[in-house]
Amino acid sequence: MSATATSPLPGRGSPGTAPETGKIQAASGKPVLWKTPVVLSALGIVAFVFFGLMGSGQTAKFGISTGGDFFQLPALEIPAMAGGIVLSVLMLGLAAYAVYLKTQNRPAPAWLTITFTVLFVAAFLIWVVGGARTPSISLAGLIAGSVTLAVPLVFGSLSGVLCERVGVVNIAIEGQLLGGAFTAAIVASITQSPFVGLLAAAVAGAAVSMVLAVFSIKYLVNQIIVGVVLNVLVSGVTGFLFSTVMQENKARFNSPPGLDIVEIPVLSGIPIIGPILFKQSVVGYLMYVAVIVVWVGLFKTKWGLRVRAVGEHPQAADTMGIKVNATRFWNVTLGGAIAGIGGSFFTLVAIDSFTKEISGGRGFIALAALIFGRWNPIGAFFAALLFGFADNLQSIVTIIGTPVPSQFMAMLPYLVTVLAVAGLVGRSRPPAASGIPYVKG
Amino acid sequence: MLQPHIPSGTVTDASRLVRVLKLELRGITKRFGSLLANDHIDVVVEPGQIHCLLGENGAGKSTLMNVLYGLYEPTEGEILVNDKPVSFRGPGDAMAAGIGMVHQHFMLVPVFTVAENVALGAESTKAGGFLNLEDTRRKIKEISDRYGFDVDPDALVEDLPVGVQQRVEIIKALVRDAKVLILDEPTAVLTPQETDELLDIMRQLKSNGTSIVFISHKLREVKAVSDTITVIRRGKVVGSANPGDSTTALASMMVGRAVNLTLDKAPAKPLEKTFKVKDLTVIAPNGHHTVDGISFDIARGEILAVAGVQGNGQTELTEAILGLQERVHGSILLDDVELVGRSVKDVLNSGVGFVPEDRSVDGLIGTFSIAENLVLDRYDQPPFAKGISMSPAKVLENAKSRIDEFDVRTPSGLLAAGTLSGGNQQKVVMARELSRPLRLFIASQPTRGVDVGSIEFLHKRIVAERDQGTPVMIISTELDEVMELADRIAVLYKGKLVGIVPAGTGRDVLGLMMAGIPQEDAASDHAVKTDRAAKTEHAANTDQAVQPDQTFKTDAAAAEGRATSSPEGGEHA
Repeated sequence: MSATATSPLPGRGSPGTAPETGKIQAASGKPVLWKTPVVLSALGIVAFVFFGLMGSGQTAKFGISTGGDFFQLPALEIPAMAGGIVLSVLMLGLAAYAVYLKTQNRPAPAWLTITFTVLFVAAFLIWVVGGARTPSISLAGLIAGSVTLAVPLVFGSLSGVLCERVGVVNIAIEGQLLGGAFTAAIVASITQSPFVGLLAAAVAGAAVSMVLAVFSIKYLVNQIIVGVVLNVLVSGVTGFLFSTVMQENKARFNSPPGLDIVEIPVLSGIPIIGPILFKQSVVGYLMYVAVIVVWVGLFKTKWGLRVRAVGEHPQAADTMGIKVNATRFWNVTLGGAIAGIGGSFFTLVAIDSFTKEISGGRGFIALAALIFGRWNPIGAFFAALLFGFADNLQSIVTIIGTPVPSQFMAMLPYLVTVLAVAGLVGRSRPPAASGIPYVKG
Repeated sequence: MLQPHIPSGTVTDASRLVRVLKLELRGITKRFGSLLANDHIDVVVEPGQIHCLLGENGAGKSTLMNVLYGLYEPTEGEILVNDKPVSFRGPGDAMAAGIGMVHQHFMLVPVFTVAENVALGAESTKAGGFLNLEDTRRKIKEISDRYGFDVDPDALVEDLPVGVQQRVEIIKALVRDAKVLILDEPTAVLTPQETDELLDIMRQLKSNGTSIVFISHKLREVKAVSDTITVIRRGKVVGSANPGDSTTALASMMVGRAVNLTLDKAPAKPLEKTFKVKDLTVIAPNGHHTVDGISFDIARGEILAVAGVQGNGQTELTEAILGLQERVHGSILLDDVELVGRSVKDVLNSGVGFVPEDRSVDGLIGTFSIAENLVLDRYDQPPFAKGISMSPAKVLENAKSRIDEFDVRTPSGLLAAGTLSGGNQQKVVMARELSRPLRLFIASQPTRGVDVGSIEFLHKRIVAERDQGTPVMIISTELDEVMELADRIAVLYKGKLVGIVPAGTGRDVLGLMMAGIPQEDAASDHAVKTDRAAKTEHAANTDQAVQPDQTFKTDAAAAEGRATSSPEGGEHA
């Protein structure tokens, strides 16, 4: 990832370079807090008690290969209780190391938190699967499904990245997804071409975004309020048209031809990675392209430098001859188009018809993913994957019959969202001018 | 230092000398609604000159320059470049015409590197719009070497000291081939040493054929560096002056009447010490010590002025005394009563008068009337309140007498305080704070953004308060003001007290102290500091971060090296 403006760069504390106290604080980093060691220790104990001591006696089975793979790997079989104990002891070890580092007044390194998270998730999986009626899931299916569920989230959070990087808060991602989903369904049904539907979805998302752009940039209306109003508006309009138009003539207006899964020969047969990278719909492939293009664009090109400057310090950009409000307008529009494509996933790939509120609040999860991903396209991509994983896990686990009530499992994606954004992000820094309209002079 | 450092091979560069630029502003008028900010201003900037625009805050200098830079469109008038009329629709046009500007508040993106900031808007690219920062780095290095700027193209701007950030701004203009460089109040944020270096840089730029428009209200700097001076008052050009004119003459022209710049101040007669601060530490929410183990005391009938570059803990120090800071350790004794841990109200009631540094934010409520603002601290006490009711008549009566006493220029005490000029607003704050019997008077930036006429008045009132036997503490980033008012001078650097020196200590010594060098060292340093060679040695001896291949470090950087290394490490021959 680019080191230019994305990460707060710990350890950049060259002491004594800034005469201003404010700057000194920024330069020498924050003091080491007890937060991380305490949280890790608590989670480690929870894992030891629940996943270890209270684990089930069954053996959890994780299938790795699927039938289509060109070579087969044996399934992982882990005794639930022993696995839980081993993993939670490892976690407690990591927590102890974090405590030791704190006593030496050193912060816990990033790898420690990441390893801990991975171990925790693994222990949780073993516990849930081990306690189920049929203690066996396909790991490949779990991961591939996570990617699928993450597709609209990724597009949504890319839209958010593009808007916030240029200084406009985009709360209307939900509306853009929903608008894209609706338009894709109706246009594809009429034209009988999913590709025209895809294009129409982009246009619809861009249209929603343009309303946001005009009101927040030209008329200086509070961006949050415009965003919320747009979400309600799109939800109302699509809901109304759904019951008055689509329901009346379902065959003509609400039976879009779907986008098929395009399998790349040979490569799609690689276990686990194959289905993720090489067995996707056009929208899925577009997602990978979009993440890379947006990242390269933002951090490696002239366009990106200007966009980030406008989002960080619009006056500075203006004095360098960059048209701040025009840049904002077109970027927000582009963001909307990307979210619109994400919306088409619902009606062209996942389900081949539109229903009311089909986006189901995923626009807000996308917003969380963008914050968790620290306003970086690649970070947002992985954050969206995490949420997709939580979402997929709860449905799979419900199917295999876990003792945990399904309502609790259904809370998982949102719980992960709250924890991720509140706890794990740390002190991330949004673009400085995000949400602030630019008025000359 | 006064000899311009002329690098070989640049002045003789013929193309540079040919491409000079004559700039003329003719009849520029700029209106904001009913406000006439510029009224038919004519200015001619000859090639290769340092042309100073001298005027008080709010005289319309910055507006004029923003018009010239294409940020504002003039209501009337025209701009001529090499005698041809031009019209700038944005800063891009102005830059293309060879005009560069360094704004008072830097236009740098803090999270970008120097190279990214310099590239912005004039990016060199490879095929496909990809950035070519290597090209920008090379250009920065070239300019940096030519003028001895010592700027690392890959440093993050937010990590750089203010003086270096300013150089980045200058590089930005030079990379765009600016032939006229506008510097808007460039010295406002600099230490005296950094200021001297900037003046030096300006002379170098001039010798390379760049004209400079230097906007300032600081007479000493204007006299030191200008070729021509145009004086602006209330949006109009009131005349030209010579750098050789006396300071008093320049000030009078700027203000529009005779002013007395030197304060008639009797020597202090300090009585017993009633205000004592001991080991005071203030901890910011992020754990940093914004005030770090400070001890000092002030006697009745004495003014202690706290000097320092802005942001070195002054704000936190005053807020700690007032009780506005959360995490305060140490002791603050006023008349042997501990103030740490008490509420703001208690502190005020124990006789502390306080003029905050930003009057429009902390000193006044702009939408309240002048009369109401004058009783903000005592609205609930007799005679202004009886039980739960207030007495507007008494409030107005009080306002009348205060307005007279402090010469606040206003038709009525019922006007909103926000409509007053800066100087008059400050008089209102001062009038309120000085109308109670005080045991301690603290004034932070007492004359910031105040016209010269009001400065005179406010300074006299502060001295009068001292002469009544009140301990007075002044916090100012203006060294002139500190030297004018102080009986003793305390210097803050990064939250620490560098030292307390008597009034009459030299500007150079104070300047070095403001960069963190203790007084004894600063005094000897001043004696040694005759050329850059000394600084090279100094920097190399003290700052481990200095690269061996760098030819010299700036004063500020050297000073910081001193401040961050051990005291022993700071010794030099």
